[in-house]
Amino acid sequence: MSNKLFSYNILDTPIHRLSGLTKLIGFLLLTFAVMFSYDIRVILAITLFSFYVLKMAQIKYSQIRIMVIYVAVFILINMVLTYLFSPEEGVKIYGTRHELVRIFGRYTITLEQILYQVTKALKYVSVIPLGIIFLLTTNPSEFASSLNRVGVNYKAAYAVSLTLRYFPDIQREYIDISLAQQARGLDLSHKAKLVDRFKNALVIIIPLIFSTMDRIESISNAMDLRGFGKYKTRTWYNSKKLAKEDFIAILISFLIFLLSIFVSIFINKSRFYNPFI
Amino acid sequence: MKKYFEVSTKTIVATGLGAAIFMLLFMYVKVPSPVPNTSFQTAYGVAAFFATIYGPIAGGLIGFIGHALNDAIQYGSPWWSWVIASGVAGFIFGFAYKNTKVEEGEFKSKDIIKFNIIQIIGNAIAWLLVAPGLDILIYKEPTDLVFAQGLVAAISNAISAGVIGTFFLIAYASTRTKKGSIKKN
Amino acid sequence: MNKKPIIEFKDFTFQYYSQAEPTLHNINLKIYSGEKVLIIGPSGSGKSTLGHCLNGLIPFSYKGDIRGSLKINGMETRDLDIFKLSRFVGTVLQDSDGQFVGLTVGEDMAFTLENDRVPTEQMKERVKEVAKMVDMENFLTSSPYDLSGGQKQRTALGGVMVNDVDILLFDEPLANLDPATGKTAIEIIDRIHRDSNKTIIIIEHRLEDVLHRHVDRVILINDGRIVADMNPHEIIASSLLNDNGLREPLYTTALKYAGVNVTKEILPGHLYSLKTDDIKDQVKNWFKSIDKEEEIKEEKPLLKIENLDFSYDSRRKVLRNINITINEGEMLAIVGKNGAGKSTLSKILCGFEKHTKGRIFYKDEDLKDKTIKERAEIIGFVMQNPNQMISKNLIYDEVALGLRLRNMDEEEIKERVNKALKVCGLLPFIDWPISALSYGQKKRVTIASILVLDPKILILDEPTAGQDYRHYSEIMEFLKHLNSLGVTIIFITHDMHLMLEYTTRAIVLADGEIVADDRPSKILTDKKTIEAANLKETSLYNLAQMVGIEDETKFVQTFIDYERWLKSKDEQ
Repeated sequence: MSNKLFSYNILDTPIHRLSGLTKLIGFLLLTFAVMFSYDIRVILAITLFSFYVLKMAQIKYSQIRIMVIYVAVFILINMVLTYLFSPEEGVKIYGTRHELVRIFGRYTITLEQILYQVTKALKYVSVIPLGIIFLLTTNPSEFASSLNRVGVNYKAAYAVSLTLRYFPDIQREYIDISLAQQARGLDLSHKAKLVDRFKNALVIIIPLIFSTMDRIESISNAMDLRGFGKYKTRTWYNSKKLAKEDFIAILISFLIFLLSIFVSIFINKSRFYNPFI
Repeated sequence: MKKYFEVSTKTIVATGLGAAIFMLLFMYVKVPSPVPNTSFQTAYGVAAFFATIYGPIAGGLIGFIGHALNDAIQYGSPWWSWVIASGVAGFIFGFAYKNTKVEEGEFKSKDIIKFNIIQIIGNAIAWLLVAPGLDILIYKEPTDLVFAQGLVAAISNAISAGVIGTFFLIAYASTRTKKGSIKKN
Repeated sequence: MNKKPIIEFKDFTFQYYSQAEPTLHNINLKIYSGEKVLIIGPSGSGKSTLGHCLNGLIPFSYKGDIRGSLKINGMETRDLDIFKLSRFVGTVLQDSDGQFVGLTVGEDMAFTLENDRVPTEQMKERVKEVAKMVDMENFLTSSPYDLSGGQKQRTALGGVMVNDVDILLFDEPLANLDPATGKTAIEIIDRIHRDSNKTIIIIEHRLEDVLHRHVDRVILINDGRIVADMNPHEIIASSLLNDNGLREPLYTTALKYAGVNVTKEILPGHLYSLKTDDIKDQVKNWFKSIDKEEEIKEEKPLLKIENLDFSYDSRRKVLRNINITINEGEMLAIVGKNGAGKSTLSKILCGFEKHTKGRIFYKDEDLKDKTIKERAEIIGFVMQNPNQMISKNLIYDEVALGLRLRNMDEEEIKERVNKALKVCGLLPFIDWPISALSYGQKKRVTIASILVLDPKILILDEPTAGQDYRHYSEIMEFLKHLNSLGVTIIFITHDMHLMLEYTTRAIVLADGEIVADDRPSKILTDKKTIEAANLKETSLYNLAQMVGIEDETKFVQTFIDYERWLKSKDEQ
């Protein structure tokens, strides 16, 4: 059982050297860029760029294998469902109809539907490397200060830090409680009746919640005693000063973001790229 | 209105730890439902409970942070549309805060109904409005699909929040003591 | 000492809103700058409440009525808020995990400075300085999961010292530490007191451990009132400790058994100050006069562990070549440092983990293929904190849970639950909500909920952690009673009193191996095993040395036997 939430590992790459703040800003700007745009060219470019950064950060496939599998499954299901629910969505969006194959009934395959679904899948894919880079190259200790510096209220930012701090403790407690209750005969499998399944889950969760509430009391006392919330702002032990590289990285991210907006407004005149008219 | 939005250190700590429990349950503790391959997320029961005890700010942040970190671990990046919906659900659950007698050690029929109306409204807004709306806005998902998914989520999360949240609040109420009532034996 | 008081209580009374009566009555107390004061009292005496009044948690977090006056540094505390107070008073709380809010040592120590908006660079300097004072300078980037309890506590201490407070308040600093680490903690506190001349207040009920080093005054609180305010020698020479449900140091108990008149003139306050010249012979004569034959008990093996290995991954073995035979009706302790493999061993016995090599037999049956649920009917496991097991509102339902999950019919359940409740002395409470019970009673509920499955062996993880002497005795006497009914009991513990007073055998684990398996009197007088298990020698051992008894182990054993004989005489 791992003790930390993210397998952050310290390497000396240009990406690791950037401050957490820079990476957070970059992540947010690029994520918004791909979320906003529906132009496959823009999305593809950003995707390629983010895979390049992924490589630069020396992240190995073994570190992210499970995530890749989850995402693949998710996208596959999403694609199938999208087609089943709305095989004409592409036609509706692009306003033309280039039919390739008719399967049966209303289910046909059109160029428009293919473009729509591929673009959508790519939109989902493109944010993954961005998130992974942020998570695996940022010291968790920098999360909270970075959030605060992009404008998140410091108390909310500190809540995130507390989640990272206490998740492993709570996880260990959960495992202990669950084992002790299983020894008493608890069965969480499908065999039990539905109502019993809920009841059985409660047998584990109730002790967990109550002991967590005791913990909340003692942690908040400790924080009050050490002056948490005394002023409207606070400083951070782990907040790196921005270096030249940071400004360059932020600038690049910002330019990509602007580019995505620019393409939509001035070239496509909509969020969609329409090659059919 | 002001009573809902006071933020003390306790609110923040409850948020941080609540989000940790939310994540943990989101990952490990699902109650299998009668429909194959689907399950009830017990995490929403906990979110509803914490929101009722610690208020809408805590509830909203628990849903948001818990769901975002869970996605980040599972997929590498948060799916913002549903993360935001979780936050909205948690926030609305928080309107049960100081609206029931749970802190005074009572959580009976009237309070149970009040709590459940609030949580059903929260789930409805989150999963029938916010999540589908953002899915359409960001990803241009087909309308029918997102509303069908939203409906499933709304129903199952409302059941989860209703059953688990209600049980927790009853259990919690029984541990509360009335003012000036404790005597040393 | 003619300085001005830094803390002054005057007719101070406090009542929590939720309580019907005040918790502190009419407190009058002066503490002077640079003093080191120990506040003791049984649980529920009001000593923690007093601490909360000093650091401002009362009335900031815990609301109530305050009458009278409390001045710190000449200022009335009711006019100060918790933030202003925290400039003078730094508190080290008993729960070092709760106090450790940062993700690393450095961050945690900087927490107060962050809230005070100190610039990052300056903060790093200050943290480095303080880390040196508490011996943590090499751990600044370590996360709490990689630290021992002692290191976490030192981090907490550093975290309050960054502020350069005048008063350091320690709230039960020994509660979560093993004996060796506790001893070090007391030494560090003492060093800081001497180096910085800060005012130090320690709230504890483990008197003997605190008196390992000098304290100026001991203040005894009970029922919300100050019962005594004297120096360590005076209080130990008095009968006040026993009268108020507190444990006196073991060496003084031994002196009393030997017929020594313990007066303040022999300086009994600390082991190191004790004058033994005039009492030597008395102790020696008593030791010689007691001659007890070895009692030979018939041994019937119940549980046999053979050549057991365990590892989570193939690289590092957590347990290596474990061989233990546990006999029917034993009460034994498994001891060792955190991470030595004690809890892993108990998890394997309960079937929570599967051992990689070796075999476990119950009587002649290999337990290999038994599920967790089936094993629970042979070996029951009671977690340290009863709140981690209780999920029902009513005692009856909680105890019945294990049987209901086994689909037994309600008639039989009723019978078995009643029996378990009777054994545990809970029958009068059968319809009570669990929330109305005390900690000790809750502990009994969890034991009853395991006993109801009728296990032959009970494993208890630190059954008396954090309990004062009265509650400790209550719980332990109950377990002894269970044992006399035929249940074999295994304790996982750091508690040396528990080992000495209630077990006949202790198994010491270090780095996954058994390094000793012997009588507690032997274990607690052997330097090597003591070190391996983070224990410390019992003060009986030191006493034996001081009076010139050569066979210290036999002296300790004599003490134990004598005490058991006294107790059994009392019971008859």
